[in-house]
Amino acid sequence: MQKTILSGNEAFARAAYEAGVTVASAYPGTPSTEILENITQYERIDASWAPNEKVALEVGIGASIGGARTIVTMKHVGVNVAADPLFTFSYTGVRGGMVLVVADDPEMHSSQDEQDSRHYARFAKVPMFEPADSQEALDFTRLAFEVSEQFDAPILVRSTTRISHSKSIVELGEPLMELPETGLVRDPSKFVMLPGNARIRHPLVEKRLEDMSEWACTQGFNRIEAGDGKLGIITSGVAYQYAREVFPDADILKLGLVYPLPKQMIRDFAARFDTLYVIEELDPFIEEQVKAMGINVIGKEKVPICGELSPGRLRQAFDLNPPNLPPIKEDLPPRPPNMCPGCPHRGVFHALNRLKAYVTGDIGCYTLGFMPPLSAMDTCICMGASIGNATGLSKVLNEEDRKKVVAVIGDSTFLHTGINGLMDMVYNKSTATVLILDNSTTGMTGRQDNPATGYTLDGEFASQVDLEAICRALGVKHVETVDPAQMDTTRKVIKEAMERPEVSVVITRRPCVLIKHENVVEDLPPLYVKSDKCVACKACLTIGCPAIEWETGKDGSKGNCKVDRLLCNGCQVCMQLCKFDAFGVCDD
Amino acid sequence: MTDNNVTNILMAGVGGQGTLLASEILSEVLMQAGYDVKKAEVHGMAQRGGSVVSHVRFGKKVYSSIIPEGEVDVLFGFELLETYRYLPLVKESGAVVVNNLKIAPPSVALGKRDYPTDVAAKLKELVANVHVVDGLQLAEQAGNSRTVNTVLLGALSNTLEPTHEQWLAAIKSLVPERFLDVNLKAFELGRQVR
Repeated sequence: MQKTILSGNEAFARAAYEAGVTVASAYPGTPSTEILENITQYERIDASWAPNEKVALEVGIGASIGGARTIVTMKHVGVNVAADPLFTFSYTGVRGGMVLVVADDPEMHSSQDEQDSRHYARFAKVPMFEPADSQEALDFTRLAFEVSEQFDAPILVRSTTRISHSKSIVELGEPLMELPETGLVRDPSKFVMLPGNARIRHPLVEKRLEDMSEWACTQGFNRIEAGDGKLGIITSGVAYQYAREVFPDADILKLGLVYPLPKQMIRDFAARFDTLYVIEELDPFIEEQVKAMGINVIGKEKVPICGELSPGRLRQAFDLNPPNLPPIKEDLPPRPPNMCPGCPHRGVFHALNRLKAYVTGDIGCYTLGFMPPLSAMDTCICMGASIGNATGLSKVLNEEDRKKVVAVIGDSTFLHTGINGLMDMVYNKSTATVLILDNSTTGMTGRQDNPATGYTLDGEFASQVDLEAICRALGVKHVETVDPAQMDTTRKVIKEAMERPEVSVVITRRPCVLIKHENVVEDLPPLYVKSDKCVACKACLTIGCPAIEWETGKDGSKGNCKVDRLLCNGCQVCMQLCKFDAFGVCDD
Repeated sequence: MTDNNVTNILMAGVGGQGTLLASEILSEVLMQAGYDVKKAEVHGMAQRGGSVVSHVRFGKKVYSSIIPEGEVDVLFGFELLETYRYLPLVKESGAVVVNNLKIAPPSVALGKRDYPTDVAAKLKELVANVHVVDGLQLAEQAGNSRTVNTVLLGALSNTLEPTHEQWLAAIKSLVPERFLDVNLKAFELGRQVR
């Protein structure tokens, strides 16, 4: 069969195709986003972006009830949003096999926390596979659909950043040609979870876990790799790779199914060793269950809970030749992420900074508005939190401070879980201001479409949510729309909204400069600095644009700002801050 | 520990420089040459103009996709400061292939910090085998300033085992037809850098 090099996310998508999946739904979230983006290449799969993870899972459940094999994907924090249907779907079980791929982000490369999703498997009593590379991402996920139907359960497949975004060589399988039959089947005792029915389902869920624990002892995805017999290691997922590299001579019990655990297999393995390690990333999930079985293991007393593991960190944890790295003697300037040149959010945050707003923020590229020199974000909790946070904060402030509270939320995040917060704001007579930063895309995750962009995941035209109309329908009386590249107007409109003792919404509308659809973003000529007119006031530096750089003067001269014409996209926001007419537009 | 002779290449650059295509071509050529290959990188927030790295490892059998600290054989840098930042991860016997380009990080652009001076010279003080490549100049010579990546790959190719033909085949399989000629030219110009 054909060999190719795939990322974990490409392999998850391929698995769905090979397993005969016909429905896929997700909300984008790093590191899970590319799974759905890759699924669109398989024509027989109906793949779509949902407005949030709860809706995505509910769509998946509906398709499963209709008999189809279904995949739903999200990042770790997305499962918090989707937890409600997940827990009850665990009780009903499936009709068509259903897999929920959840991608954790140890080290928080692009997340606000590093929660360990394995706890959801135990909490919701849902079996969970954990692949250790792209080949297993394909094999385990394809198998998970069969297991889902065999045990009448939704199946979780856990990825992490280093599985989703690492590439390795994969041997592809043959896609299932005969797809499961779909249609209406009435089975209310299974799918209507009223107390009377749910009480009957719960014992079945408990029995399912017991049966699986026994069954899993004899399945190939849980395997023992023989070593020299001196040290035993229980591990799973990407941690297996690090353990294998750092302890080449150890005997390893590698778990492919991390919940429920194959208890008898673990007992038999543990009995052979005086020293037994559990090596796992994040929480002591396996360790605590193994200890509860009365088995003595070494785990988190050595292996760190916080952050992702690596071969180096593992060596350090067990005092095994930690690398002796020559330090660099000078203190290097850091390079944190920054908004792109021409980013429409930049002007908004400059205005909020100048207006001394207290900004309750949200999740998206605009969270970078907290970075200096914009320094205009004061809170960021989770998707949609900005609006509720602003409501609560306003309740406890005096009249003067209350005016300073501004919630800032992106278009996609507003549709995800911001609408309910705004509904509450109006209903319960809050006075705060809400800014919806509409850049016509879901930016941070790599520009995915959403219900307000007018396009679907496949790039087809779609009905476009009217954000102004939604706000008015919720009861907001003051809804204004501005172009954030018009600095003076933007600041004036936000100021008026902040002063108003009623809920006001300001929609700042300008597309992301990286947007995919053609002709959305105007191609503007770059700017340059007229060095004879620049008085070195540095006003243009206060927007923190990567295309503008301060050039220190030589031999006591004043120095001046300069524009990198390869980076500049001509948005002219800097030009509006210059009182000395020192910016010109390149005409070549 | 890595007695099956895994070779480790760490790519360092600035988000938006397009290190992705280069690491894709690199992985493809290594797979075609018969190695087990793994590649790790990070997407999302880190990509927004921040410091970015890709790990590429190849050999008979590769386990971790992340390179153990201190075991980098080749540090493949797209920008001087970012190359310097990751230098401590390089083996004593390792090599550096670096693009002769400075991109100011925010604190430098704001005039609050200085960009480190003479980075190329400092790299040479710490590692014997350093190749400095004028990526932009060679890319322009090839006919398109956006082929810096391919120029750099050309320079990197001298330090690795795959044959000239295998490199060309990988480029042909991954670069879109209309950009192929200019990329092949860029690769050759990079390969001439010694």
